Amino acid sequence: MTRTLSEKVWDDHLVKVGEGEPDLLYIDLHLVHEVTSPQAFDGLRLTGRPVRRPDLTVATEDHNVPTADIDQPIADPVSRIQVETLRRNADEFGITLYPMGHTNQGIVHVIGPELGLTQPGMTVVCGDSHTSTHGAFGALAFGIGTSEVEHVLATQTLPQTRPETMSITVDGELPAGSTAKDVVLAILGATDTSGGIGAVAEFRGPVIEQLSMEGRMTVCNMSIEFGAKAGLIAPDDTTFAYLEGRPHSPAGSAWEAALDHWRTLRTDPDAAFDRSIELDGCAIGPHVTWGTNPGQVIQLTDVVPSPDRFDDPAQRDAAARALEYMGLDAGTPMRDVPVDTVFIGSCTNSRIEDLRAAADVARGRSVKQGMRTLVVPGSGQVKAQAEAEGLPEVFRAAGFDWREPGCSMCLAMNPDKLAPGERCASTSNRNFEGRQGRGGRTHLVSPAVAAATAIAGTFATPTDLD
Amino acid sequence: MEAVRIVQGTAVPLDRSDVDTDQIIPSDWLKRVERTGFEKGLFSEWRDAKDFVLNDERFAGAVILIGGPNFGTGSSREHAVWAIQQYGFAAVVSPRFGPIFRNNATKNGLVPVEVSAAVGESLLRAVEADPALEITIDIDRRTIEAPAIGLEASFPLDDAVRERLLEGLDDIGLSLRHVEAIDDFETRRPAWLPTAG
Repeated sequence: MTRTLSEKVWDDHLVKVGEGEPDLLYIDLHLVHEVTSPQAFDGLRLTGRPVRRPDLTVATEDHNVPTADIDQPIADPVSRIQVETLRRNADEFGITLYPMGHTNQGIVHVIGPELGLTQPGMTVVCGDSHTSTHGAFGALAFGIGTSEVEHVLATQTLPQTRPETMSITVDGELPAGSTAKDVVLAILGATDTSGGIGAVAEFRGPVIEQLSMEGRMTVCNMSIEFGAKAGLIAPDDTTFAYLEGRPHSPAGSAWEAALDHWRTLRTDPDAAFDRSIELDGCAIGPHVTWGTNPGQVIQLTDVVPSPDRFDDPAQRDAAARALEYMGLDAGTPMRDVPVDTVFIGSCTNSRIEDLRAAADVARGRSVKQGMRTLVVPGSGQVKAQAEAEGLPEVFRAAGFDWREPGCSMCLAMNPDKLAPGERCASTSNRNFEGRQGRGGRTHLVSPAVAAATAIAGTFATPTDLD
Repeated sequence: MEAVRIVQGTAVPLDRSDVDTDQIIPSDWLKRVERTGFEKGLFSEWRDAKDFVLNDERFAGAVILIGGPNFGTGSSREHAVWAIQQYGFAAVVSPRFGPIFRNNATKNGLVPVEVSAAVGESLLRAVEADPALEITIDIDRRTIEAPAIGLEASFPLDDAVRERLLEGLDDIGLSLRHVEAIDDFETRRPAWLPTAG
């Protein structure tokens, strides 16, 4: 029987096939952060259950951590208690934790791959919807709630209903200046926020194969934004080259054994998907969101759409409400919209390649006067690499604010927030109302567009600056 | 989890689509380490507005929340489910749920009632017209009924989820019944797989 990649990974992790009930899946790696875990650890204490496999569990502090003055205690007492609670829980249950300031600390979806903990064919979960990021390695990775966090801590398994399969093929070749972020924003434009519900999406085609691992992580990261259970990409030589020599990657004969298995992790030629969509990569230019969900997205050369453009009444109402919240008038060219703040960071776009792309735009230029900027590396290791390449100097010379690693303004649980009405070009993943601060207005873009926008003062691509 | 068989009472109409979990409970509330006290955070960025539907006295005491399509999209925060339950709702009705929210709801006994767009729309209109409209959700039969307007519809619920809701079963306990199968699986895992530390 022919199978797709996600079905192969699923079958490899079946502890028990359910009859009239969900399958029981084994979980190879459980990533933990401070926000969605405290009540799960409390649950274990209440029931007297231990963590079954602390050696398959890794924790980090990311959502609450400040991105400045990290040698000081966290000023917000509620954030501080949450971080201290994770430290206590990790200690009590014997779990490896990378705390603020540690070189391995960072956003949970940045550190897993860079430490080599995320490998092809694994099942990876985390109490975080952007866990789909790890699918870039051909892992089956998905976000779970706190009840399921407790379930995995206690059993290292999850009861799961077999999802449908979906193929998203991006053909052709990307135009110069377009990036992985533009690819996934274009996919969101095609699927809207619900096109993937109930399915695991496999990203395929020449455009996907050409992407670096960083780019593939950006694409897989936003799978949940179109409702998919997970998103993944078949591992190939790009994947293997990224993994070789990482701290937790197999070495020696184990590396050869792993490679033999990883090379089988491809969708069989005749395997059928339950759903398919195809995009022409040649038509994907730089994208920007205009509304309050990631499906409300256009090319940067477009004008703000009119709600009348939408046939579906719910979409039309949503568009009208979004324009009001965003303070935008239909028909305005996006390039004419002035921006107050630029945020470069988040689990979508805070890896070294993202910072290099932004620094290339910033080099020798200056941020528009009055523009607020934050450049937040995804991890201690990304920060160290950027420092080794001299990127902080490039950013500072251009007037960008270079920060410490964390989730930061993606969701504003730390001090990095938008004020009401403040308009932000953000490399993160959600333009929801209030996500970056109450009343804040978020536009999702790539790192290159974010950097160009910081310099131009209005939405811009790097070529607009020449 | 407490068993739930019937949810019966009045409803609040939240007539907007794409109510994501950041709107259900903003991230400031996620800093708490407790499992209770989230009712004040429910839709907290909208609650200041006098005309927000939760502030409308006519809907006080409602046990069912009726939303538009794409309810609960976005983040995995289970706090969204806790906030809705702790405010006093036992069920949410929508033509389409964010998948993680839907799953989290069933783990806590909050019933996600997925209806057609037409049924969702007629329920919204009916409740707006008559805030005292009685609605009954029957988990065993997987039906939602509002006899006063002649509405009866079924909604999807996996057999296993329905069973757990009806019995109030502990999911972890159910999986631990298979501990021998888990032990056995672990002996077959490839040696190269990574461990922490």
